[in-house]
Amino acid sequence: MSGADVDSESADPVMERGPYAPSERRLAREAYRRSRTRRSALIATASTVAVAAVLFLVVTGSPGWPVTQKTFLSPHYAREALSPVLHGFVLNLELLAVCGPTILVLGLLIAAARTLRGPVFLPLRLLATAYVDFFRGFPLIILLLLIVFGVPALQLQGVTNDPIVLGGTALVINYSAYVAEVYRAGIESVHPSQRAAARSLGLTYTQTMRFVVLPQAIRRVVPALVNDMASLQKDTGLVYVGGAIDAVAAAHIMVASSFNYTPLVVAGLGFVILTIPMTRYADWLTRRTDRRRAQGGIV
Amino acid sequence: MTATDPVLRFESVRKAFGEQVILDDVSLEVPEHSVTVLIGASGSGKSTLLRCANLLEEIDDGAIWLDGEDITDPRVDADAVRRRIGVVFQAYNLFPHLNVLDNITLGPRRVHRVPRAEAERGALELLDRLGLAAKAKEYPDRLSGGQQQRVALVRAIVSEPRVLLLDEITAALDPELVTEVLSVVRDLKEQGRTMVLATHEMAFARDVADQVCFLADGVILERGTSAQVFGDPQHERTRRFLSRLSEAGRL
Repeated sequence: MSGADVDSESADPVMERGPYAPSERRLAREAYRRSRTRRSALIATASTVAVAAVLFLVVTGSPGWPVTQKTFLSPHYAREALSPVLHGFVLNLELLAVCGPTILVLGLLIAAARTLRGPVFLPLRLLATAYVDFFRGFPLIILLLLIVFGVPALQLQGVTNDPIVLGGTALVINYSAYVAEVYRAGIESVHPSQRAAARSLGLTYTQTMRFVVLPQAIRRVVPALVNDMASLQKDTGLVYVGGAIDAVAAAHIMVASSFNYTPLVVAGLGFVILTIPMTRYADWLTRRTDRRRAQGGIV
Repeated sequence: MTATDPVLRFESVRKAFGEQVILDDVSLEVPEHSVTVLIGASGSGKSTLLRCANLLEEIDDGAIWLDGEDITDPRVDADAVRRRIGVVFQAYNLFPHLNVLDNITLGPRRVHRVPRAEAERGALELLDRLGLAAKAKEYPDRLSGGQQQRVALVRAIVSEPRVLLLDEITAALDPELVTEVLSVVRDLKEQGRTMVLATHEMAFARDVADQVCFLADGVILERGTSAQVFGDPQHERTRRFLSRLSEAGRL
């Protein structure tokens, strides 16, 4: 409960009274709240255990369980798969580390271009809109194939044939269109009075965006951006169409030779483990800034 | 409960944020059909007291009673309590995505389950009385501050709350708009509504209050009729507060 740790010495200096001591009523309320908290924790634990037990029994009790277990959850193949899959994950992480920030920056630029006002910027605005319209609708896998095989086919001087670089480029092109729309939603959710206030201080349009609108907009869309990054993380695996070996491809190779699907499960769990810290970090970040600014209250 | 029981009663209310004590042993009774005005410098705890009464803040100690029921008891359903209290905020807090009529009828329709037609009839009647009937379909951002605040008042009273809490509702308005909002409050007093209001409008406070409380550092330093508090303040700090105000030409 808030205020439970209040310094009991901080009595009001104006009134000549003794130090504050919690009343019977407060103690009773706190005891009641504590018991409620205990009770709900107990209920939560019990219901979680019950659900888990039922799921476990249903799955392990099914007729095909022994075979399924051997095909999908074999400890032997899991151990075997660990090294190649982890090796493949390095590629996924590299792609994420390069493409992620690029997409976040490029998306922001596109969104900014789309929200520009004034006739001078019409071509830029049109271009940004067309870009988003086209690449948001264009299927990623086709884009990947076109770029990974089409660009080398042009036989341009000085342009790489590396499937990883080309695949990463395709990811950037596709995802920045999505991310741009996320940013734009954030920008448009900032109340017009904020722009009015900023422009009234004499800030230019760009300064208004930079110092007033974007800081608020980005904060609001952080969860959506994390969402896109998690999705990107999984789609980095698509570069295998060009022949690059990522975690999923590595697992696939093993599956093809052993007909045991455990390596894929291992790779899948790896992606989950990678996504969770990202989400938690973003949650923590948003909560921290919220706490600093919020009025408080319990509703 | 007898007829003389107060509608709202604060009993030794204490509220602290961390080390900072905002309300310290505040006791106050708000009788039915009366207007209680809270005055005091910014940060003296006026707003917090109102927020506690509406259960937007959890008090640390003491109790708040509404019609003889301890609403600060943790077993109480806070939503049921808030249904019986109307609140108007300093910044209006109208919902920008709803038009005036929907802002007003949201509570009656969703909380009190009044059919739309009936809720809108009631809302339009109140809007008409405040000269705002023409604005029923407008969105809040297109209204002046005074109009927005009057809409907020209608939204607060449309479900006939037992008590109305007004938190510096004119603080964001220019003098002309202040007048139009305060005249609504005066009408509400005529209708016998029970109100608690925090305000910096001393002339208005003196005029409308049945009971005036001067808060300083989270304590009610002085309380009395407006003649007592404004005419013959007993406490040194009250005198200083009032004299500073009259120097500033606000009294």
